[in-house]
Amino acid sequence: MTILNVTGLTKRFGATDVLRGIDLDVQRGERIAILGASGSGKSTLLRCLNFMERPGGGTIALDGQVLGREGKAGERVYREAELIQVRQRVGMVFQQFNLFPHMTAIGNVMEGLRTVRGMPKPEAEARARKELARVGLAEKAETYPAHLSGGQKQRVAIARALAMDPEMLLFDEPTSALDPELVGEVLNVILALAKEGRTMLLVTHELGFAYHVATRVIFLADGAIHEQGTPDEVLKNPKKERTRAFLASHKQFSF
Amino acid sequence: MRWDFASVFDNTDALLVGAAGTLRIFAICLVLGLSLGLLVGLGRYSRNRWIHIPATIFVEFFRNTPVLVQILWFYFALPILLPFQISPLAAASLGISLNSAAFSAEIYRGGIQSIETGQWDGARALGMRWGQAMRRIILPQALKRMLPALTNRAIEIFKMSTLASAVAYVELLQQGKLIASLNYNPIEAYTAVAVIFFVFLWPLVQFSYFLERRLKRDE
Repeated sequence: MTILNVTGLTKRFGATDVLRGIDLDVQRGERIAILGASGSGKSTLLRCLNFMERPGGGTIALDGQVLGREGKAGERVYREAELIQVRQRVGMVFQQFNLFPHMTAIGNVMEGLRTVRGMPKPEAEARARKELARVGLAEKAETYPAHLSGGQKQRVAIARALAMDPEMLLFDEPTSALDPELVGEVLNVILALAKEGRTMLLVTHELGFAYHVATRVIFLADGAIHEQGTPDEVLKNPKKERTRAFLASHKQFSF
Repeated sequence: MRWDFASVFDNTDALLVGAAGTLRIFAICLVLGLSLGLLVGLGRYSRNRWIHIPATIFVEFFRNTPVLVQILWFYFALPILLPFQISPLAAASLGISLNSAAFSAEIYRGGIQSIETGQWDGARALGMRWGQAMRRIILPQALKRMLPALTNRAIEIFKMSTLASAVAYVELLQQGKLIASLNYNPIEAYTAVAVIFFVFLWPLVQFSYFLERRLKRDE
């Protein structure tokens, strides 16, 4: 069952075409790893999917419902209220965590439930504790982000996204800002979510992780999908030259 | 020369009336100035030019004209344009509040802009509206950074209240002048006024230090 349908998605920053017509169907339960060199548009693609960036052209449909309406010049016009609904259904985890530093870990996880959902405090708190326990941070509930390690911060950020019951999760390089020894704890949490059958799109440089967790791998180049397929197809037997070159440069120092 | 503080102490009740007047205008201007400043500051930050441009004009106008002139203008010129008299308190409060709003608007704008865009991302990704993100995520962090500057504003407002004496509003300086002219003791009278100001303001500054420390709990 298709949860997300993207057709002809384009995005331009100034004179640069960052996305040049992306077509993408995401089925429920799919886990898609998005790879690509820096500047290939992978983060922008992800940010367009929950409208952190407004798409320049093309359409995005969530659960068969095409978002926005056609404007006078043929462009798509989005109402803020509609986008707010979308963002609650499509959770996002950022490279830089973006935790709220003035709130404790549990405060961060409760925030969406309280402010956006208007959930009563005891209920929101119980739910937030459950999510923190799920990412293994029950005992850090009252800790402020400044006193958490990078890995712990990212796990709180994941709990914060999960608390909103998203139908789909977007991970934007979730381990790129972490010290190497902290990457594992975050990947383990993401792996556990994968095993629950959650739908997720993951921009990452962790090829090994992508191989193990993804059901599909997409290789982006110059703002377009250059190659895609199962992890075996794309990561082990890439057909296109650029994919091979990218993988080679990433495996250069592996042994 | 001989100091004659006795004649000042004889007029303690006049100074108390003055102190009450100073506190009253301070309270009015603090609340009006800082809250209007927040609105104007948000306006300066707005991408909508119908909000942005008037806010900018307001700031530039009140930042670049002297408060004293504004107070005198509100007191003497406004009643000519409008069909009603204006009290010294109202004229002085208007001048000081609008001036403080213009200055604090810049503090708010700078404070809000200093918050990393990632905080907006985090808030928006949860489905927050602009106002919710501002109230829950951006402003609390920005206020912490702005506190020293806002404290300076409060102190400035307190001291600017003396300008109200120009339209004969009864406050500390006005009462000091009165005592000085009745007893020919300007040195002692104005010294007393200065000491009273210090006694009010010093605890205010200490309180702001305390607040800053409290707000640093999350670090």
